[in-house]
Amino acid sequence: MSDQTSMISARGLRKSFVQRSRKGPGIEFEAVRGIDVDVRRGVAFGFLGPNGAGKSSTMRMICCVSPVSGGELRIFGLDPATHGPEIRSRIGVCPQEDTLDNELNVWENLYVYGRYFGLPRDVVRDRIDELLDFVQLTEKAQAKVDDLSGGMKRRLTIARSLINKPEILILDEPTTGLDPQARHVIWDRLFRLKQQGVTLVLTTHYMDEAEQLADRLVVMDKGVIVAEGSPRELIEQYSTREVAEIRFGVGENEALAPKVEDLAERVEVLPDRLLLYTDDGERALQDVLGRGLRPETTLVRRATLEDVFLRLTGRSLAD
Amino acid sequence: MALVNTAVTTAVARPVRPGEAVGLLVYRNLLSYRRAWFVFATGFLEPVLYLFSIGIGVGRIVHGFEFNGEAIDYRDFVAPGMVAASAMNGALLDATFGFFFKLKYDKLFDQMLATPLTTLDVARGELAWSLLRGGIYSAAFVVVMLLMGLVGSWWAVLVVPAALLIGLAFGAVGMALTTFMRSWQDFEYVTLGMLPMFLFSATFFPVTAYPDWLRWVVECTPLYRGVVLCRELTTGALSWGSAVSVVYLVALGVGGLVVVRRRLDRLLLK
Ligand SMILES: Nc1ncnc2c1ncn2[C@@H]1O[C@H](COP(=O)(O)OP(=O)(O)OP(=O)(O)O)[C@@H](O)[C@H]1O
Ligand SMILES: [Mg+2]
Repeated sequence: MSDQTSMISARGLRKSFVQRSRKGPGIEFEAVRGIDVDVRRGVAFGFLGPNGAGKSSTMRMICCVSPVSGGELRIFGLDPATHGPEIRSRIGVCPQEDTLDNELNVWENLYVYGRYFGLPRDVVRDRIDELLDFVQLTEKAQAKVDDLSGGMKRRLTIARSLINKPEILILDEPTTGLDPQARHVIWDRLFRLKQQGVTLVLTTHYMDEAEQLADRLVVMDKGVIVAEGSPRELIEQYSTREVAEIRFGVGENEALAPKVEDLAERVEVLPDRLLLYTDDGERALQDVLGRGLRPETTLVRRATLEDVFLRLTGRSLAD
Repeated sequence: MALVNTAVTTAVARPVRPGEAVGLLVYRNLLSYRRAWFVFATGFLEPVLYLFSIGIGVGRIVHGFEFNGEAIDYRDFVAPGMVAASAMNGALLDATFGFFFKLKYDKLFDQMLATPLTTLDVARGELAWSLLRGGIYSAAFVVVMLLMGLVGSWWAVLVVPAALLIGLAFGAVGMALTTFMRSWQDFEYVTLGMLPMFLFSATFFPVTAYPDWLRWVVECTPLYRGVVLCRELTTGALSWGSAVSVVYLVALGVGGLVVVRRRLDRLLLK
């Protein structure tokens, strides 16, 4: 499915922002602190990380709308500083915040946007029909953007990002704020694009989304990459096979943690529950009960990316 | 059908040429105003109302008015000033309020910059639109003048291109200033600058009414240069001063455009 062609390559990539104050020199803040990334053709590549990790800053540099502060970045082997328009004509962008044109209706949004890519009128018209169908918005073609629901706007943004038949599709939190059904529609569409050979680069706060869509993942924290691999590899490397979740009464979890610490390879204390990392969750649970502890609820499950995330960033993904 | 479908799959996206980009941005603005033609039309009314109330109303009681050493009807004096003012109004409306809204609230330019368009394309396209709006207002105004018999020379045909120059200067400078605005309150300054210019730039009376120093100040304002240029054209009294006005207005337009582009880089490509 993937070949060796490098679509995106970053070496020691940095991004800093200067926050100007009224008096005195500006304060420099480094949002991305030297990351290496390689995305090959046909791959679905995911960026995970807590708020402020630098995911969007990285996406914006890849989209050539944010100048690189340091290091090297190449997209299709081209330098964004000198080939911005060429690169942008070959990528599709779904930014974190919708940037739809509220003064135009749905159809016009797609039409005008498509024309910005130098595509002939009739080509854009035909593609609009296809894309509206693809994101199930055909009957909304004449609707005002303001009248669309959040999920419909997101779908329209995705349709818009596909109008130029991009080789790379960049999605910054494509499904944040959507209901489960809308998310499944989008996953399905993205999956089809992947099968057509489109390279996907996405950020997300949803672990299930990352597991479903991404072939390769990087976890970012405070501007650096802290782990990289396929979802499977990451789980194997950073977590045990199973997790036993136990929940005691409000406020008791932390106090009881020392009593179960030796029953698992690692114990994670969350405000509302304890997570026991072990290869045999049922066994750990029996041991907990054997010590006379009576949790209010218990659950044994397979480890997920959420556990990897917790381990690496010390925060739960939903933060 | 098969033929069309081949085109659909083979057409390749590419960066657009500068001229194309301008056309596309103007087209986008036309689309958005199609539902707001009323807003578009009202911008034209103000100078027309002034022409009727002051040019014609007040004109009835003003006699022996001289311009360039010749006797001239007061309304013939006021009308070309109103052409210039309508060009200024037309250009500034979109270059200030409209531009600010697109820049800060609508995120419209962020959307455009995700495509092959550049900040220079955005600056040129928006300026072209302001210019077009100013041009349409002035052309309509010239038609009003013609209907009322206020045009005294064939040179008047050139009033429309002159109005475009005024639109260019005001559009570019207006957009440049707008990039520095932080909130809607700051637009009070625009109103504060426009109103005195409108009233005192030789629109309703000649600059000879001022003391010398003040006259110099007024002669340096862009509206004054525009008003005088239009008046020279409608009365057929062209001079070297007209050429100076042309150069001055073009320089403002180009300078403004350069600033707008730099500021858009700063504001949008963070
Ligand atoms: N234009 C800017 N000026 C100053 N600081 C900025 C700017 N954009 C981002 N930052 C800072 O850079 C850091 C990284 O932000 P970024 O948007 O890349 O995070 P993120 O990983 O996308 O987070 P989230 O999950 O919340 O979207 C943050 O601390 C943010 O405050
Ligand atoms: Mg983000």
